[in-house]
Amino acid sequence: MPLLIDLLSWALILVGGAFGVIGGIGLLRLPEFFSRIHAASITDSMCAPCIIAGLMLQSGLTLVTVKLAFLVVFLFLTSPTASHALAKAALHGGMDPGRTRRLDGEAES
Amino acid sequence: MSFFEHYNYHLAIVLAMIGLYTMISRTNLVKKVAGLNIFQVSVFILFISLGVIEDGTVPILSPDHEVYSNPLPHVLILTAIVVGVATTAVALALVVRIREAYGTVEEDRVHEQDDAL
Amino acid sequence: MDTVVDILLLAFLAICAISILRLRDLFAMTMMFGLFSLISAGLFTTMDAPDVAFTEAAVGAGISTILILATLAQTSRREQATPARSKLVPLAVVWVTGAVLIYGTADLPAFGDPDAPVHNHVGPHYIQESGKEIGIPNVVASVLASYRGYDTLGEVVVVFAAVVGVMSLLGLRRRPPGLRPARGKPDPNDVLKVIATMVVPVILLFALYVQFHGEYSPGGGFQAGVIFAAAIILYALVFGLDKARQVIPPKVLNRLPAAGVLIYGGVGVVTLLLGGNFLEYYALAEDAKTAQHMGILFIEIGVGVTVASVMLLIYFIFSERGRGKRPDEGNGDGDGDGDGDGALSRDEGGTA
Repeated sequence: MPLLIDLLSWALILVGGAFGVIGGIGLLRLPEFFSRIHAASITDSMCAPCIIAGLMLQSGLTLVTVKLAFLVVFLFLTSPTASHALAKAALHGGMDPGRTRRLDGEAES
Repeated sequence: MSFFEHYNYHLAIVLAMIGLYTMISRTNLVKKVAGLNIFQVSVFILFISLGVIEDGTVPILSPDHEVYSNPLPHVLILTAIVVGVATTAVALALVVRIREAYGTVEEDRVHEQDDAL
Repeated sequence: MDTVVDILLLAFLAICAISILRLRDLFAMTMMFGLFSLISAGLFTTMDAPDVAFTEAAVGAGISTILILATLAQTSRREQATPARSKLVPLAVVWVTGAVLIYGTADLPAFGDPDAPVHNHVGPHYIQESGKEIGIPNVVASVLASYRGYDTLGEVVVVFAAVVGVMSLLGLRRRPPGLRPARGKPDPNDVLKVIATMVVPVILLFALYVQFHGEYSPGGGFQAGVIFAAAIILYALVFGLDKARQVIPPKVLNRLPAAGVLIYGGVGVVTLLLGGNFLEYYALAEDAKTAQHMGILFIEIGVGVTVASVMLLIYFIFSERGRGKRPDEGNGDGDGDGDGDGALSRDEGGTA
């Protein structure tokens, strides 16, 4: 049983890391600002909670697990809000989500 | 692994030099303040690296551990961080006033206006 | 494994610092600056220094970044280019200095060496005696507040001096609040307001926890003060400066930094009057450990009050000064979006 929990927590942490890498690749490779916000928010919603869940399994039923649970709740509240604030600021600044821009500056519709 | 014996100190010096270069080569005053902060953080890294003890743990007394890292550098750097932000705040206030007086925050244009007086 | 994390984090820090150097879009530079502080906080954590990491994250990634943003809102957003010729002398100076310093580190003890001279003098004394003389688990707090109490008094006075400096330079409110026209359209800030309403009380509670639990876990007056200020600054960013200034009335807020320093110095004067030396906590009570606890508690409260009110005051002063000002765009490049709200432009950040 402890071996199973150990394996599960390792799997969760590795999956979380993989999501982080995916989010990072998306951040660099996607063509347009609003899709890049989406890629960054993958890190917030999958990478961090998976890693924290893995850590919670590692620390069993102690105070540390409760603190980690609070962390996850806080992250779920604040990270999407940050993405929202970013998108709102971009809209306010005049970026048009309808047009796709390539990184080298050419516009495609 | 003799290279990694001093890796921390070498990188702290590299960071300090990057901060110093930012301060002396860039003319924008806000950039200079950022360079100052980089320099300060590099000094913190140097001090904390000096205080690390191999196989030591956080200097909070607990029955499970015997070897603790040296707490003295931590105290010194805590003070230094707070003093650093105080310095940054006053420096940025000065930048705002310079902007209001000269209309620019680029150092060479400020000097030009001064020389023209 | 520790070494690998250490190596990677330091390499990231160097890359981050180089990007701060080269970015000419100053808003992007500010974000990299926040990232730099955060990575250094992570580095401090892996080097067994959570108190320092806590303070660096709160102060560097929080307050310093906000202050730079507030300054950028009143000055230009882009930096003008530096001609290559004027980079030669600084480059030479920096290379020579760096080489000399690296040569100088050859005699330093290896990283983590337990027999280094720095670990043989006062450090072990603090670790061994702190439990018996003062009785709180966090050795850093006991050294900060008791063994090196004078230094911390000096630090609090420096923070106070900073707010005096910023106040003299930039002043504070000259016209009364409430002169802005009322908004008729539905508030586009709804999501931010809901989340801020949920999160601000939690942050304030956490600040109190850090303040009073700082003897048993990483924390203490400085971190608690900064977190408290961060909560009110979040409120100010979402709900507007006027409402935030009503949270603590200006008459009270302007006097709080001095009150904190007075509390700290007052503890010292009280110990003098009770027959001990300045800041010798043993004079406060019969039992040595109780006396130390009381002394540390009071001075940490003084520190927390001063730091919170100073950070808050400095933010309010910067924001007041920047009200109604428009940043220009430096040398005419940029987005021409002169409404000073820091929104992104189509020009997505250039490098030198």
